[in-house]
Amino acid sequence: MTQHLSPPATGCRSTPILKERGQREVFCGLTGIIWLHRKMQDAFFLVVGSRTCAHLLQSAAGVMIFAEPRFATAILEESDLAGLNDAHAELDRTVTELLARRPDIRQLFLVGSCPSEVIKLDLGRAAERLTMQHAPKVRVLNYSGSGIETTFTEGEDACLASMVPVLPKTDARELLVVGALPDVVEDQMLALLDGLGIGPVRLLPARHIDTETAVGPNTVFALVQPFLGETHAALVRRGATHLAAPFPFGDEGTTAWLAAIAREFGVSDETFRAVTEAPRRRARQAIAQASETLNGKSVFFFPDSQLEIPLARFLARECGMTPIEVGSPYIHDALHGPDLDLLPSGPTISEGQDVDKQLDRCRAARPDLTICGLGLANPLEAEGLSTKWAIELVFTPVHFYEQAGDLAGLFARPLKRRAVLEAAV
Amino acid sequence: MKLTVWTYEGPPHVGAMRVATAMKGLHYVLHAPQGDTYADLLFTMIERRDHRPPVTYTTFQARDLGADTAGLFRTACQDAYDRFQPEAIIVGASCTAELIQDDPGGLAETMGLPIPVIALDLPSYQRKENFGADETFFQIVRHLAKPCDRTERISCNLLGATALGFRHRDDVAEITNLLYEMGIEVNVAAPLGATPSDIARMGAAHFNVLLYPETGELAARHLEKTFGQPYTKVVPIGVGATRDFIAEIRALSGSTATLDTNPLRQTWWTRSVDSTYLTGKRVFIFGDGTHAMAAARIARDEMGFEVVGLGCYNREYARPVRAMAKDMGLEALITDDYLEVERAIEAAQPEMILGTQMERHIGKRLGIPCAVISAPVHVQDFPARYSPQMGFEGANVMFDTLIHPLVMGLEEHLLHMFREDFEFHDAAGPSHHGGHAPKPTEQTQTPVSEPESVTTGDVVWLHDAERELRKIPFFVRGKARRNTEAFASGRGLSEISVDTLYEAKAHYAR
Repeated sequence: MTQHLSPPATGCRSTPILKERGQREVFCGLTGIIWLHRKMQDAFFLVVGSRTCAHLLQSAAGVMIFAEPRFATAILEESDLAGLNDAHAELDRTVTELLARRPDIRQLFLVGSCPSEVIKLDLGRAAERLTMQHAPKVRVLNYSGSGIETTFTEGEDACLASMVPVLPKTDARELLVVGALPDVVEDQMLALLDGLGIGPVRLLPARHIDTETAVGPNTVFALVQPFLGETHAALVRRGATHLAAPFPFGDEGTTAWLAAIAREFGVSDETFRAVTEAPRRRARQAIAQASETLNGKSVFFFPDSQLEIPLARFLARECGMTPIEVGSPYIHDALHGPDLDLLPSGPTISEGQDVDKQLDRCRAARPDLTICGLGLANPLEAEGLSTKWAIELVFTPVHFYEQAGDLAGLFARPLKRRAVLEAAV
Repeated sequence: MKLTVWTYEGPPHVGAMRVATAMKGLHYVLHAPQGDTYADLLFTMIERRDHRPPVTYTTFQARDLGADTAGLFRTACQDAYDRFQPEAIIVGASCTAELIQDDPGGLAETMGLPIPVIALDLPSYQRKENFGADETFFQIVRHLAKPCDRTERISCNLLGATALGFRHRDDVAEITNLLYEMGIEVNVAAPLGATPSDIARMGAAHFNVLLYPETGELAARHLEKTFGQPYTKVVPIGVGATRDFIAEIRALSGSTATLDTNPLRQTWWTRSVDSTYLTGKRVFIFGDGTHAMAAARIARDEMGFEVVGLGCYNREYARPVRAMAKDMGLEALITDDYLEVERAIEAAQPEMILGTQMERHIGKRLGIPCAVISAPVHVQDFPARYSPQMGFEGANVMFDTLIHPLVMGLEEHLLHMFREDFEFHDAAGPSHHGGHAPKPTEQTQTPVSEPESVTTGDVVWLHDAERELRKIPFFVRGKARRNTEAFASGRGLSEISVDTLYEAKAHYAR
């Protein structure tokens, strides 16, 4: 377990990336709605799509679907496909009906899907029209969560990027933290930043539309999620400056992330140490327990959420694991670079997917632990491989110091379980 | 456009996946965008399958659209053939691919693969999952089943069991055993467990057993027309239906073998005195047409319940469901909108709901016990233990399922006897049932000073009457309140006194 922030002799930044195309066993961006709507408490997500889209949301949302969630699908029917004008009138009717039933809604996202993109239904124009119609109470925005354009967590990226152009302008030198985090984690982060004397901190997404999130040429932003490429570009377009840093997973990632911000805002080393010392010790202690199971084990990542590179870095450096392959749906140098620098060289870094070929590589490597989606997990378990299903890493609080032990625990549990069950045979 | 949160059925290509995943040696090449692979997890997680569904997706992306999605499809098809070496391939499009009009069937046929290629035409914007399964199975049978000589011994095919089917695994086992006892062999059970070469020899059977009309009726009709194989019309869920089914099989096969009915316990269990309290329990039934109708017959004729609502979400079976509801003096509820179902349940105020996963949640919300009798279902309804719905063991399973959420006789008796007792008061609820869990709202109401009277709609409940009403056990109180109000307004009364309450009770006494 490393306690210093020294990069390895050779990192993975210059490792040639294996780029693959073929069948991709991944979710589409619509899935992002499931956690985004929990975060933005006055927002409603209306997917304009097919029965398949509704079925996907239902399958991904599990029991959440029964709790009056703030999302729904306007299912396209045969008649909507016939003429486009008709579809716009239908959409207006559906939205009016929806807003009348849910008067608490302040932001409405029209979320594009594969079918709506293919029939070229102009949801951007619809959003403008509906904003005028329902102003000032409701702001209507549009983004695409379609499978043809977005993979899983990229749905959050597309959503946040759609909000950037309409954020108020500010000239204040403020820190903007970008990426949806569970409330409990967000509060811990704000407390740490507050301890460092940094504030006010603005958040994107904020919990409510009225919260003062603004952006301008003096804004400095840090990302807490590695899948925010479009949002990064949109913020840069508005003149904001990105603080490159490893992502805040584990003791080391969190410390490096905070250090990048502290440097930017001129926080003294002394203050930094004082604020981070106790939580760092706690994090290391918690990780130490779980990493007993993980130490010396090999790990294989199928692409899913773009969290793979920072998580591989955490597992390699803080839990003593050996990554064999780290697959990511997309690799963005400005975002993933700092983590690639810290990831010890050795693993194959792959971008995109040809699932059958990747399965062949995985079977040949026989990793101790495989991180993959739910469609692959049980089939691989049946072949004798231990798996950790990736979607849980997106829903569970895993960022920053206090969650570092839980994060390591998520990976240790499948290995412990296998050991228990095999010992009993 | 239709605003939807919950859907009872997936799109039709999920139905096709259910058939492909049920079979062996068959591969499905699906022209679909990135993301549609989500459906794999229904099979690997809900049904806990230990292998990936035999489906190859083209997973096209936006950048492919301007270029050659047809080429992408051909490549995927060739790769799937080379890698999996299936006996036959089915090809089709998901909802998005339907819009880009690449014609997977035509493309695959020109590739010259040395195996049968079956094109599926599944209209995603009109039809749903069950249709997808029914049509896919029909197309497979139509393309692959060959004329052949009848088997020497009397044999039949079992039609309609699929992957992700509610209790299909154990129903097939139960009915196979029942037929074996009657001296009849199962020639082919399909789609579940069959290979394309099994499908080819379906014509050798003497007749067909249609287990699930939703997913096997088109194939059954085709086999009847092409090979002259009659098919069974009764679905053997419940004791009565199983007996009718046996009679139907005897007529089709000439079997006179005697059957061992010792393991059938349901008939005695329903006659034992503890079941007396089940008499007249008001139940609301919703699900797919087949399971809803079977459950209604069991509820009324075998359990002695009163059916107060009956409906289905699959329009294909609206007609028989309507007929059965009419026979029970009800109007059938045919809808795929769960909000409508919730409203109907609220209006009917049943003491129990028999339905799908969705009705289970409606029941939880309304505090009404619920048992699951139909898909869609969650992972807990793909159990490890043997739990068929069909045949005599199915009847035993069903009895347990239906009575479990209810208060049983002795317990209900005790609740009446000791309703003022601290352990048996309103909020305590019975020991082990979620549906009767204490209701916090009622508990918090007691300490506040009670109003002089309570107004519900046009009728006013006088204080004494309201208090008397509270003495009635909470699980029948809703019915008592509704009946009394109906009684009062029927007589033009604007107030309800204790007398009115008991007048109404006498009026509605069974």
